[in-house]
Amino acid sequence: MSAILTPADENEIADMVREANAAITPLEIQGGGTRSGFGRPVQAAKTLSLKELSGITLYEPGALTLVARAGTPVATIEKTLAAEGQQLAFEPMDHRALYASKGEPTIGGVVAANVSGPRRIQAGACRDALIGVRFIDGRGEIIKNGGRVMKNVTGLDLVKLMAGSHGTLGVISEVSFKVLPVNERAATLAFHGLSSKEAVGILCGALGSPFEITGAAHLPQNSEGPLTLLRVEGFASQVDYRLERLKATIGTGLECSVIEGAEHERLWRFVRDAEMFKGTDNPVWRLSLKPSDAPAIEEALAKKTDAKIMFDWGGGLIWVGVDDAENGATETIRALVSGFGGHATLMRGPEPLRGSIAPFQPQAKPVARLSAAIRGKFDPGGILNPGRMVA
Amino acid sequence: MATIKMPIPDQDVIDRRDDIVGALLAALPDGIVISDDAQTLAYECDALSAYRCKPLAVVLPRSTQEVAATLKTCHELGVSVVARGAGTSLAGGSLPTADSIILGTARLNKTLEIDLANRFIRVESGVTNLSVTGAVDADGFFYAPDPSSQLACAIAGNIAMNSGGAHCLKYGVTTNNLLGVKMVLADGEIIELGGAHLDAGGYDLLGLICGSEGQLGIVTEATLRILPKPEGARPVLIGFDSPEVAGTCVADIIRAGILPVAIEYMDRLCIQETDKFSGAGYPNVEALLIVEVEGSESEIQAQLEKITAIARKLDPAELRQSTSEEESALIWKGRKSAFGAMGQINDYICLDGTVPVSQLAHVLGRIGEMSKQYGLDVANVFHAGDGNMHPLILYDANKPGDLDIAEKFGADILRLCVEVGGCLTGEHGVGIEKRDLMGEQFSPADMEIQMSVKDCFDPQWLLNPAKVYPLDISEKRREGGGQ
Ligand SMILES: Cc1cc2nc3c(=O)[nH]c(=O)nc-3n(C[C@H](O)[C@H](O)[C@H](O)COP(=O)(O)OP(=O)(O)OC[C@H]3O[C@@H](n4cnc5c(N)ncnc54)[C@H](O)[C@@H]3O)c2cc1C
Repeated sequence: MSAILTPADENEIADMVREANAAITPLEIQGGGTRSGFGRPVQAAKTLSLKELSGITLYEPGALTLVARAGTPVATIEKTLAAEGQQLAFEPMDHRALYASKGEPTIGGVVAANVSGPRRIQAGACRDALIGVRFIDGRGEIIKNGGRVMKNVTGLDLVKLMAGSHGTLGVISEVSFKVLPVNERAATLAFHGLSSKEAVGILCGALGSPFEITGAAHLPQNSEGPLTLLRVEGFASQVDYRLERLKATIGTGLECSVIEGAEHERLWRFVRDAEMFKGTDNPVWRLSLKPSDAPAIEEALAKKTDAKIMFDWGGGLIWVGVDDAENGATETIRALVSGFGGHATLMRGPEPLRGSIAPFQPQAKPVARLSAAIRGKFDPGGILNPGRMVA
Repeated sequence: MATIKMPIPDQDVIDRRDDIVGALLAALPDGIVISDDAQTLAYECDALSAYRCKPLAVVLPRSTQEVAATLKTCHELGVSVVARGAGTSLAGGSLPTADSIILGTARLNKTLEIDLANRFIRVESGVTNLSVTGAVDADGFFYAPDPSSQLACAIAGNIAMNSGGAHCLKYGVTTNNLLGVKMVLADGEIIELGGAHLDAGGYDLLGLICGSEGQLGIVTEATLRILPKPEGARPVLIGFDSPEVAGTCVADIIRAGILPVAIEYMDRLCIQETDKFSGAGYPNVEALLIVEVEGSESEIQAQLEKITAIARKLDPAELRQSTSEEESALIWKGRKSAFGAMGQINDYICLDGTVPVSQLAHVLGRIGEMSKQYGLDVANVFHAGDGNMHPLILYDANKPGDLDIAEKFGADILRLCVEVGGCLTGEHGVGIEKRDLMGEQFSPADMEIQMSVKDCFDPQWLLNPAKVYPLDISEKRREGGGQ
């Protein structure tokens, strides 16, 4: 167990980073530690935990703006927002089911991993809702970018860059979001027994309709037979209208049912948190592709491995679980995905596997060179989460 | 005289002009390089037209390969390159310097791929914003970011400025609708970022490119998200006798859980002039809100009922729902022609600061006071839902010193925006216009790390180097050919 640093403010972080940089002592940056199975394993002498840097610093419901320190629990933020009828529209996934991890997910961790959920297709990703960051770079400089207003093009957009940088460009200390109202009502139109090809056809059709689909998933291996889900939200009468119109235009002649209430919540949590992989530790991949390619990918995969599969984002996100703990079926998956012009990320796997292959999709040479150069500027000593993203 | 300084041009480069033009002519097919003064005249300024300068030459390539050849040549010769889309920047973003070439996207105007099932379109970057929607309109789709300049401005410029529009309260700005780009780096290398899929791993370089004002690379192709058109849309006009109450109304609508597609604000001066210009039939009030909602007929009705109920509690001077397509179009025509209308009566500079929505009324009040101090009128028209203000400072270009005063006044307004928690620019970009105010919003360390990102993409600082960062701060990099 490495030593744990728990700074209580930005200046303390800056001091600790400066010291670590001078001594060339790598730091593992941690929020709630619930997502440490994400990416390559980090070898660091010390852990810098943000959990003492907690609290909402500004919340203006009338301006749809919330600012919080990085270590604030996601649960605290969601509760505060819910009290005003608002939410983080990107529906961040909770990784505890996938990693069997304990602890409280923090908002800084959500940003560092750019974590989004099913509503991403309609409301954007974490990076789209993020409007400001403060962070401490690898030299101990306190930096701000963006701010607390939702329209801001002043200077380079480092806000986007920090989202999904997995703690390798700086220690995020504060984040600002554009938040959105919670819809009065949500319901799901569920289709039963569709082939993946039919299902993706339905999902894409619905996403191309004006009914603002906020969730579009397909569970081909559901225990009671394939299940295809279309979530609609809005004020009460609007949801009725949208369900009716979807049935009439997209679902003509198909067997379908409407799901609401607790079962509805449970289902979307199941999709959001990839709960189908809960309770095992087999390698799990997340493939990002054009939705219409999803059935072909599934078919090709079935020929090579015995994969567990779920589609989200209308087919644009495919979760794949494989049995091959040693190699994670890496070559098969990467070859397949690159043939379709998509990306594959190893989301879960034993440490030796995550250390030996590249969990993140390897980039084209010039892009990899630019990414490395940026890291070289932000963290010249290479002390922040070394090895997390690339070896 | 206008007060924004430009760097002293590199005389050595200017002296080599013939060689540089010769090298470009040799590297590119016929008809791509323009060096005739009469023909380069149109490229001497953008929509910040008080500033102009003749470039060394203008290059108008027809392909990514030709863009790469241009950049490679300029890189070898140490010549800086200012990219230009349609030249509608209000910030001087595409203003050339005497020692630079203009690289225009006008001929990169093809639609490359339309994929309705996966909801994207791939275009060359020189296509206009409106033509993107035009390409998918008949199929029931649209491209969401809708700057008022959308008839003219190019996707290239939209990406470089991360442009917004009236409907971005609901749909986001360019960066939220951009899926991928093909671009050429300063040394001529071609790279691709993103694509038709979402959220690949790795650093979000695409997010970094969007809004980078032509300083990181030249974008030649873009993959854009298209959205299904709503079944219908309708605006309601709400007039108030006080800006404060109008501000309260905006916050109340948002707090009630309604997210209109747009909430636009106009003040009295702007209402009067746009009404004269467009015949929109606006009421005679202090503050006018245009609130637009979308959906089916019943959805529209339901939302408008909620909104009007909120407005009524605040005792509006006017509350008028559009009753026909024509009326809706007219209401928007007024708003979208606001800049044009103000231009008819006066010269103006258009500011673009954003403030927290809760500060709108305070800031409007302060602007009114400053207007008296400086002796110049201000018309306000802006996106109220997101606090992105557009004060138009009216001045007389023929009156010596008037522009100077207007610019000082503008700088004071932008300082105020930052002071109350906002920023210098919400959608128009920094360019040269707000360049020297960057220190108001950013610390030296904030700017240093941004410039170090440019070092990674453009080590010699050849791409649009005189923009965005205050000249004294960027001097070493610009003059030393990099960091
Ligand atoms: C009447 C009027 C109304 C406007 N309304 C709005 C509005 O509602 N919302 C809004 O956001 N803006 C608005 N604008 C500002 C302007 O239209 C936008 O900034 C627009 O995106 C500029 O596009 P352009 O093609 O004209 O770019 P240009 O002016 O040619 O260039 C803008 C910037 O982009 C860079 N650039 C151009 N091409 C490339 C390329 N291929 N690669 C990299 N960089 C490149 C240039 O170097 C420059 O920095 C308005 C302007 C006017 C005149």
